[in-house]
Amino acid sequence: MTLPPSIPPMGQRDKLLEMSNVDKVFGGTVVALKDMNLTVNQGDFISLLGPSGCGKSTALRLISGLMRPTSGHINWEGGQKTGDLGVVFQEPTLMPWATVEQNVWLPFRLRGKSIRDVQDEIMWALKMVGLEKFQKSYPRELSGGMKMRVSIARSLVTEPRLILMDEPFAALDEITRHKLNNDLLELRDKLKCTVIFVTHSVFESVFLSDRIVVMAARPGRVSSEVTVDAPYPRTEEFRTSAEYAELCRKASDALHGAMNEHGTRASA
Amino acid sequence: MSTTDMNTATLVDEEELRYARAEKREKIAKWLLPVLVIALAIFLWDRMVVWNDIPHYILPGPGLVLETLIKDWGMLSDALIVTLKITLAALAVAVIGGVGLAILFTQSRYFEMSFYPFAVILQVTPVVSIAPLIFIYVDSRIAGLLLCAWIVAFFPILSNTTLGLNSTDHNLRDLYKIYGATRWQRLRYLQLPTALPYFLGGLRIAGGLSLIGAVVAEYVAGTGGIGSGLAFRILEAGYRLNIPRMFAALLLIAATGVVIFTAASLLSHALLHKWHESAIKRES
Ligand SMILES: Nc1ncnc2c1ncn2[C@@H]1O[C@H](COP(=O)(O)OP(=O)(O)OP(=O)(O)O)[C@@H](O)[C@H]1O
Ligand SMILES: [Mg+2]
Repeated sequence: MTLPPSIPPMGQRDKLLEMSNVDKVFGGTVVALKDMNLTVNQGDFISLLGPSGCGKSTALRLISGLMRPTSGHINWEGGQKTGDLGVVFQEPTLMPWATVEQNVWLPFRLRGKSIRDVQDEIMWALKMVGLEKFQKSYPRELSGGMKMRVSIARSLVTEPRLILMDEPFAALDEITRHKLNNDLLELRDKLKCTVIFVTHSVFESVFLSDRIVVMAARPGRVSSEVTVDAPYPRTEEFRTSAEYAELCRKASDALHGAMNEHGTRASA
Repeated sequence: MSTTDMNTATLVDEEELRYARAEKREKIAKWLLPVLVIALAIFLWDRMVVWNDIPHYILPGPGLVLETLIKDWGMLSDALIVTLKITLAALAVAVIGGVGLAILFTQSRYFEMSFYPFAVILQVTPVVSIAPLIFIYVDSRIAGLLLCAWIVAFFPILSNTTLGLNSTDHNLRDLYKIYGATRWQRLRYLQLPTALPYFLGGLRIAGGLSLIGAVVAEYVAGTGGIGSGLAFRILEAGYRLNIPRMFAALLLIAATGVVIFTAASLLSHALLHKWHESAIKRES
């Protein structure tokens, strides 16, 4: 594996991709994103935080290439290669007829690789999420949290440069969510990968990320950015620290600021 | 504290036991009850015939039907094989045609728009009314029978499979797109497995329908002789007032239907029991 030994501090990271002046208009009238600019650096853990309908999912879909911007550009540094991208949706999105290992195999399978050839990669990804004993299980035999872990294993099996996560833990209970938050940070520390993480939760965004990009709605755009400079690794102690509380207040203020921009009310 | 623990432990045990017993009882009842009811019905049938002195050319008793079945086995088994062949061939063609068309439909909207109405017209027109025409235009009797049975059987497979192929999870579809799946990969790894339970549901219906199609077509085709199936034997026995043989042939048709349905159900269970909700046994 050719991963850097550690993630350099913010400000010294190489650029990974850039969204410049991106607009996305649906059906000629619904402006989902207006003039969005975002620079993503290698090793960033970015949370997209904002009210419902501000275009967070749209931004991820644009980056993933599922949609093209109406105008503006999204440029990958050095071009995008296959396997550069991993995605995790809000639902685990597993194929129920396939076993855990077959689900994790999918990105390779679609590139024509047999499951034998990538057995090591699959086992490595399953170990990363702590499910190596469940490779032959079917999704219905797993709990909600375990299914999400399989989904994460599938997203990182190709060792992507960027992982996109759209509210991956929103449907889980608080305890499972905390556990998965901790594990996600551990994973990121091992893999040195870049993550863009969509969430509605101020607390989750502060705990996980080093950059919180706060978005405003109507039209969707970047409102402000909060830097979380607490050092990694972050553990359960961080959750109860004064620093964490202070950062949450800061992010919360930024979010309310975004919701009140141009008189758009939070209740809208 | 330890006593309450003990109590709850024994309570749970009793509950478990009661549950296990209930489950066992249900398992036995599932087989025993239908068998008992059928046995009772046959017994009543027999008694009715005996008590009322019904002559066998009006209603033969079950014993006589069985006797006829054994006596005429040579002729009836030949007829059974003919009917079975047509039914199974029609079902096979219905599966190939139905699935093939469904795949073409999902590959091209325009193809679906063009040909779906035809499929509906074929489906809603009663086969008895088309059959005479088919036997005028199609020279081979076997081919005509096959065509009739196919028309009846293929629609449930087509419509169910089409629905299944279009029911893929939209997030999975996005995922396939992100990973650069080809059309063929998407069809094979995503759409066909999604459609499997729908297809199997269609197959169960189509199995029964192909038998109905084969029997109805044979009634219409009429002319018998060598190589005629069970339906023709029923007609023929009717003309000769050989009611016991009519019943024997009827029995064979019913048994064939049951066997086809059971086979389709078993196939469905074998293919789905590991993952699909319909085939998974829940605890409570
Ligand atoms: N395919 C589409 N067609 C039309 N409008 C769309 C489409 N997708 C999104 N929109 C609109 O674009 C806006 C942004 O949607 P998006 O799903 O990106 O918001 P979001 O920030 O992810 O919201 P949430 O937090 O509820 O998931 C919304 O007003 C939505 O109605
Ligand atoms: Mg969203």
